[in-house]
Amino acid sequence: MGADVINSLKVNCSTSNLKAIRKFVDESLKAIEVSDYDTSLIILAVDEVCSNLIIHSNLENDEEILTLFIKLERQGEDIVFEIIDYGIAFNYSDYKEPNIDDLIKEKRRGSIGLMLVRRIMDRIEFKTEDNHNVCRLYKRLPNQKVA
Amino acid sequence: MKITSIKEDDLLFIQIDGDLDASSAILLDQEIEAALDNGEQKIIVDCNALDYISSAGLGVFMSYLKDFEDQQVTLVLFGLSEKVMNVFKILGLDNLLKIVESKEAAVTVAA
Repeated sequence: MGADVINSLKVNCSTSNLKAIRKFVDESLKAIEVSDYDTSLIILAVDEVCSNLIIHSNLENDEEILTLFIKLERQGEDIVFEIIDYGIAFNYSDYKEPNIDDLIKEKRRGSIGLMLVRRIMDRIEFKTEDNHNVCRLYKRLPNQKVA
Repeated sequence: MKITSIKEDDLLFIQIDGDLDASSAILLDQEIEAALDNGEQKIIVDCNALDYISSAGLGVFMSYLKDFEDQQVTLVLFGLSEKVMNVFKILGLDNLLKIVESKEAAVTVAA
């Protein structure tokens, strides 16, 4: 089934653009009347993935571009965030969720972003297609008003 | 984001103003590191003006938990909005950190 793109944003791979990404997601979700609670969690999940792509896949090279598409699928019941970048591919199948106690013992400050995303979103995909990477984050919004 | 540290008697207040994300978490990291280097034992983090926190901010607090324990440092957070508190709750970090509602309660816990 096809998806309707409701909004898109293109930014340079700099963490200074994260605030603009959050604002873009916030405004897009408000326009389709997603609840404040869901909106705040979805903003966090998209921010986490974009942060990882900017920092780890694109090494904060602000000549690189990241594009975020927001789509509605299944008659508006699913909202999909599709993030495209051209950096180093992330192999999600190799990802093993760390243990919080181990992170604390090892004084590690990374590794928890994807843990948050996994708890917020219903489905996560990372794929490499031709010369670019595609991350898709799916969130079921059963009470969503269809546009 | 802006961070301001104020010393009141033996308490160090760190006030966070704005968004604590991957671009700004380093500032909080430096502030806490400096506090520990200065031998601060009672650190109170004022989150009343903290609008947003991501894993980068959570990670800073998490990464110092062992140091706090080893050095017998008390760190207390107060004034978290419901939205910010929810982020701590997702991974259960609200159970690992001392989080209270008011400045008065934070001072009592730190004392």
